[in-house]
Amino acid sequence: MAQNYYQKEIETMPIEEMKKLQSEKLVKQVKHVYENVPYYKGLMDEKGVKPEDIRGIEDLHKLPFLTKADLRDAYPYGLLAKPLDDCVRIQSTSGTTGRRVVAFYTQNDIDLWEDCCARAITATGATKKDVCQVAYGYGLFTGGPGLNGGSHKVGCLTLPMSSGNTERQIQFMMDLNASLICCTPSYAAYIGETLKEQGYKPEDIPLKAGIFGAEPWTEEMRKGIEEVLGIKAYDIYGLTETTGPGVAFECSEQTGMHVNEDHFYAEIIDPDTGEVLPEGSKGELVFTSLDKEAFPLLRYRTRDICVLSRKKCSCGRTLIKMAKPMGRTDDMLIIRGVNVFPSQIETVLLNEGYQPNYQIVVDRVKNTDTFEVNVEMTPEQFTDKVGEILAMEKSLANAMKAMLGINPAVHLVAPKSIARSEGKAVRVIDKRKLI
Amino acid sequence: MAIRQLTVFVENKQGALVSITDTLSKNNINLRALSIAETQDFGILRLIVNDETAAEKILADEGYLIRITDVVGVKIGDAPGKLSEALKVLDENNINMEYLYAFMARTEKHAYVVIRVEDNNAAEKVLEDAGFHLITQADICKL
Repeated sequence: MAQNYYQKEIETMPIEEMKKLQSEKLVKQVKHVYENVPYYKGLMDEKGVKPEDIRGIEDLHKLPFLTKADLRDAYPYGLLAKPLDDCVRIQSTSGTTGRRVVAFYTQNDIDLWEDCCARAITATGATKKDVCQVAYGYGLFTGGPGLNGGSHKVGCLTLPMSSGNTERQIQFMMDLNASLICCTPSYAAYIGETLKEQGYKPEDIPLKAGIFGAEPWTEEMRKGIEEVLGIKAYDIYGLTETTGPGVAFECSEQTGMHVNEDHFYAEIIDPDTGEVLPEGSKGELVFTSLDKEAFPLLRYRTRDICVLSRKKCSCGRTLIKMAKPMGRTDDMLIIRGVNVFPSQIETVLLNEGYQPNYQIVVDRVKNTDTFEVNVEMTPEQFTDKVGEILAMEKSLANAMKAMLGINPAVHLVAPKSIARSEGKAVRVIDKRKLI
Repeated sequence: MAIRQLTVFVENKQGALVSITDTLSKNNINLRALSIAETQDFGILRLIVNDETAAEKILADEGYLIRITDVVGVKIGDAPGKLSEALKVLDENNINMEYLYAFMARTEKHAYVVIRVEDNNAAEKVLEDAGFHLITQADICKL
């Protein structure tokens, strides 16, 4: 079991050696960014930091942070560090104006990303003898392409299913003996429930393991998926800004995710002061990409609240471990794997002629997220015709779908009917118990 | 000519309707007719009352979402086929109905039909031309 490494030398590298490697990469990376990304050079100049001030990983804290706001300001090319002709791919998050992240990749960037995913796949015990069913969405979303590439690197027979069409997923899984599945945890649970309804017992299902990420999930959910599919369920972490899935991955110990820290250096900071916190402290997770070429974000604030640990792991990996994120420092929600900001809902309402009086209600029913938006009508919008109100709800839902990429159930409600606490409306009710 | 219907948004919550009728009764508003259209999430209560201006103010002050809509009121005979006669007139003149509801007169041998159409004037004209007697808000108050 302990031998499930894809790049053993890196994955089990002594900590001092890893620090040396990270330092070398960082010095080069800072120079690359300073010379090629005027936006970040501006931030460094403003802070009075020169590339020569960064002599090793211990100097990282001197560099300025990047936030989602910077990504918005610099959209689309402002953080690009390579000429476009050296880039071979983009990936993107859902959402429109201001919230969409477009990340660029050179062939080398794709290779290192796929290596990271290959490490995650290998850590589940999978080898080239396995059949890997990728049921993450393919396309702009990083899930499908990332795991697909990782599966190729390991040499698995790859089933590029993309998400959805559960009947077909099950047919391919059973007919081609898929032994590993990669998708969102809620989709895994859904496939599991469907298999159960069709009379399959865990021992009838060829799967041995699954890699699940892109949305928050609990230990209870893990247990449920493991039982219904008869597998071991592994967590994976990543974000488009950094590269995609594979920034960190779980090993057989299932006590946190090993960060691929030869590529992505993790820090925990105090979200209020920006100060770096010692290992074991709870704070905001920050990533520095050490060797990405096209879209090398330095000190990117993920807004995920997390804890890092260097505690020795039974799997033999020395890579630092991050806990499952414990929340957000902003108001972002992850609904059915899609990032949703309340401000996006607000934008749609204003565009469509509504007052920004709304409430988002999220729940998880049968392992699938439900997403409702209650919107207060103004007296002018109210009509005595039921059909008109239903049509207004539908049209608002369509506008939100266009903005977010997922479909909410919109309910128009009476003015001032949305609960206000201390005069302030409660914008989000998240009934999912994820933490 | 038209009569003025009070339309109230009713949330799909326990006691939502009774709190509206309670508010009206406490303020001595008398209901003449009502109809509810409901969906899974909400209902639309349509009321004909003796004093719609007072009722509107009372409900608005209570925070209800309301709207006054002009609707056509027609008096029809209390006999089989009388409603059909009125509806045929609208149909023959290509006047689309959104909805309708009816109520009986207490003393006279008559029924009243409240009809929601897009163009009240057109509907009123064809009904009158066909010999129907229209009722007005003043009639409602006297009922």
